[in-house]
Amino acid sequence: MSFNKFGRKSFASQTKVDAFVDYLEKGEVRGTQCKSCGKKFFPPRADCDQCLSSDMDWMKIEGVGDLVTFTRQGFAPTGFEKDVPYTTGMANFDGVQVFGRLADSINAEEVEIGMKVAVRTIQYDDGQLSYEFIKA
Amino acid sequence: MSKDVAIIGVGQSTFVRNYPGSIRELAFEAWREAAQDAGITAKDINASVICSAPEYDLQRSPAGVIAEYLGLTPQPTFAIESVCSSSTSGLRVAYSMVKAGLHDIVAVVGFQKMSEITSADSQERMGRGSDIQWESPFGTMMPAYYAMHAAAHFKQYGSTEKDLAMIRAKSTTYGAINERAVYRKVLTVDDCLDAPVVTSPLKKFDCCANADGSSCVIVASADRAKELCKKPVWFMGLGSGSASVTLTGRDNCYGLTAAMKAAQDAYAMAGIKPQDVKVAEVHDCFTIAEMLAYEALGFAEPGKGVEIVREGQNLIDGKIPVNVDGGLLSKGHPIGATGGSQVRTIVLQLRDEAGPMQVPGQPEIGLVHNVGGVGLYANVTILGR
Ligand SMILES: [Zn+2]
Repeated sequence: MSFNKFGRKSFASQTKVDAFVDYLEKGEVRGTQCKSCGKKFFPPRADCDQCLSSDMDWMKIEGVGDLVTFTRQGFAPTGFEKDVPYTTGMANFDGVQVFGRLADSINAEEVEIGMKVAVRTIQYDDGQLSYEFIKA
Repeated sequence: MSKDVAIIGVGQSTFVRNYPGSIRELAFEAWREAAQDAGITAKDINASVICSAPEYDLQRSPAGVIAEYLGLTPQPTFAIESVCSSSTSGLRVAYSMVKAGLHDIVAVVGFQKMSEITSADSQERMGRGSDIQWESPFGTMMPAYYAMHAAAHFKQYGSTEKDLAMIRAKSTTYGAINERAVYRKVLTVDDCLDAPVVTSPLKKFDCCANADGSSCVIVASADRAKELCKKPVWFMGLGSGSASVTLTGRDNCYGLTAAMKAAQDAYAMAGIKPQDVKVAEVHDCFTIAEMLAYEALGFAEPGKGVEIVREGQNLIDGKIPVNVDGGLLSKGHPIGATGGSQVRTIVLQLRDEAGPMQVPGQPEIGLVHNVGGVGLYANVTILGR
């Protein structure tokens, strides 16, 4: 499967970790973990910068994470205008940090650093696949 | 201080909204001022380093056309790029070439003509400033990343939107007296607080002014500097660092580790402490970036940057005057030209030639902090006289 199915708008079509999209299709968000040294990667990597191995396991991002930071964007780059305003941020899942958008279902007023979130996969009307944070 | 490599000439164009000329003509303005300042001609330049961020104009490989127009052929020329910190990366290369004895005099020319592309094209590029594989697909952009740092800094250290508004109000005071600045209006703290939100918690005036502009710094060996220049300004320390593009690779969002590393290395090389710096130019592309700079540079302990703002230590007559030329916020931020313009300001300060912006007390040591991307690249340069 081509990687350009990932994201509201894609800017990259080929990667060795395009199985990421297959997992999204199955409702899972996965990073990689080096089989040789155990280093964990999100976003997923095909190659380990610590031990130079390319032998990876797919590791599931699950459970409850803490929101590390966020911003409510009133402006957007080309291709994202229709979604404005939206909230982008980063959450920490037991030491693995994940970047993404917060679900529109979360009241913007309620968002605060440290709030508990989970990830879920989403599919846009045009078939693009992604994931977002929801309240945990 | 080891006096082995000097800056003997500086120049910059006026930073403007829409420069009515081409990139080569824009670059020429800074070159002419720097050459006249140094009292040299193109024949004296042994090599040129051309600095700009890609995709703001259509010229591929701009070094060639710029060198040609400035009359710097057949001497070697090439481009150096680290987005917003391109021209201090170029300066680092120029220093290295002179220090190594490869060349005696090197010109570092930075330029950016941001008005060349349409607003829509600019919006399109904005999204590709982050990791295009993993973060751009969410619709993020440069101001959003700095906003996330502001939110994290507020939470971690208790800084506020008012602190950021005070940083902008300060910058407008100095922008108003800098005739090279693009934004000359004076804003009050309330003006800044009442402005519309761009990406929370950053508002309109927390963001720098885009501009067209150019800068030029002439770097020379000690022998040539002493021969040509009455007031050479010497390199004391150069530090540089990088950090992951993806936010997920960062240890925290309330500091920029690349800038901290660059600062530590620059201070170590110069053999000085933060309190020895008497005037500084820091990379305030957003107000929060200036706050992060105080802490990265050791002007304040981590979390204590607010005291610099609230006590007015950053004013022209304060303990550590910062961005007394208006900074990126008011002087403007023509990406590839910015670092060279910061260097020009510090050189003029150390020569006691900064006019209405001159810091009192004849400062002996000045510092330039220039950051590329959201703390992706950082260069800290310490200069002395
Ligand atoms: Zn490994």
